[in-house]
Amino acid sequence: MYDVIIIGAGPAGLTAGIYASRANLKTLLLGSSFNPSLITTTDIIENYPGFPDGISGFELVDKLTEQAQHFGLEIISHDVSSIEKISAEGSDAWEIWADQKNFQAYSLIFSTGAEYAKLDVPGEQALTGKGVSYCATCDGPFYREKDVVVVGGGDTAVQEALFLTKFARKVTLVHRRDRLRATGVLRERAEKNEKIAFVLNSEVEEILGDTVVSGVRLKDVNTPNSAKQLRADGVFIFAGYVPNTSLLTDIVEMDDKGYIITDDQMRTSVAGIFACGDCRQKLLRQVVTACGDGATAAFAAELYIDELKGTSYEGRTIDTK
Amino acid sequence: MTEEKFVDNPDHPLEITDSDIDQAITKYPFFVVDCWAQWCGPCRMLTPVVDSLAKKHQGNITFGKLDVDNNPATASKYGIRSIPNLIVFKDGQKVGDIIGAMPEDRLLDEINSYR
Ligand SMILES: Cc1cc2nc3c(=O)[nH]c(=O)nc-3n(C[C@H](O)[C@H](O)[C@H](O)COP(=O)(O)OP(=O)(O)OC[C@H]3O[C@@H](n4cnc5c(N)ncnc54)[C@H](O)[C@@H]3O)c2cc1C
Repeated sequence: MYDVIIIGAGPAGLTAGIYASRANLKTLLLGSSFNPSLITTTDIIENYPGFPDGISGFELVDKLTEQAQHFGLEIISHDVSSIEKISAEGSDAWEIWADQKNFQAYSLIFSTGAEYAKLDVPGEQALTGKGVSYCATCDGPFYREKDVVVVGGGDTAVQEALFLTKFARKVTLVHRRDRLRATGVLRERAEKNEKIAFVLNSEVEEILGDTVVSGVRLKDVNTPNSAKQLRADGVFIFAGYVPNTSLLTDIVEMDDKGYIITDDQMRTSVAGIFACGDCRQKLLRQVVTACGDGATAAFAAELYIDELKGTSYEGRTIDTK
Repeated sequence: MTEEKFVDNPDHPLEITDSDIDQAITKYPFFVVDCWAQWCGPCRMLTPVVDSLAKKHQGNITFGKLDVDNNPATASKYGIRSIPNLIVFKDGQKVGDIIGAMPEDRLLDEINSYR
């Protein structure tokens, strides 16, 4: 029986792991065996405090893992497939199934992050890996001197478009709105970059190609029935995210997009279940906020466990209600 | 050198290069090449999975690993646009691609679908 089981080994889950194991809670972290943290798909993180020269997503996750293991965190690479409420010595507890094994804990911390949203247009699925990509660091180097399209207008889209200019001959950024949503510095850099062209007010309607991508068909959002084709060797899609929260459907409260609703102590609508990082409803989904959430979730879980076991110090309970 | 490298029933993935891939394709009747690179996150997730399958299915499926950075000719010959990408060869012919990282049991199913 664990005090805490953390699900998801990204920055949020690993930070929760550091705090929980350092607080001597009996903690297990279950991380996916095949889906790495989203942050490992970017080449350089420039905005994580303390790294003035930036750090690669991989290096950061490796370091977080090392740091957590240093405090004795047990990490198993198993994908969690289901969660069930049980009772243990009169208290509510949770049973988790992962890879046909089961684990039990008094509390759960969800840090399952989000995954790429699909555009849901013809050609996308069939050509995934054959020109359609959701990861510029993975696939960018195959587009040396080629023409690529980047779909999206947020930070990720612009950052990855800039990365792709290292390889591609031309990068065309296609965005639905009339201007980019991306943060000032990134927008400026993109506008100055001679390899980047912008096609605004436009939506990708179809990804073209037989065995590999040959282009995209675009629609001007202001001009109905307008269609134009753009030749391209690759299409990189950064069109938002879908939270990985299906395990908790019908268990905790979520917003209409499936993000878990928590209070500022990372408590969900169910006592003993906490959520942190990209999987919860919040304003800014970044590494630094994921780590902050993770620390808070672990501390809140510690208080919950203390209370459950009747070992709470006076003054340490923080039920603010 | 190469005689030593392409042993009969390896229990681990063999390091394949542009210059010896053809030899390996000819030698092993069911040969799966994991195309990867240092900078690819999901590739790193797949490495232990491929290692484990190579051990469990020794003599049945032969695995190779090819670093696409150092071996661009193979990547371009087989039209690789994304990694991780496992190329499946049967009796000396390419019969399929498996794209993306996935759990061991699913990967095995995908590989076996090309038998
Ligand atoms: C291309 C790109 C560039 C980015 N650049 C930056 C940047 O420069 N700076 C910045 O601060 N942020 C950046 N971000 C955002 C950042 O990646 C996220 O905010 C951060 O990774 C969130 O951390 P997390 O721990 O909440 O989730 P994640 O890092 O996504 O980790 C969640 C983990 O949980 C796993 N998981 C899901 N379901 C299960 C399950 N059932 N069982 C087991 N494991 C499961 C997932 O597979 C994943 O490994 C970028 C994102 C992308 C995609």
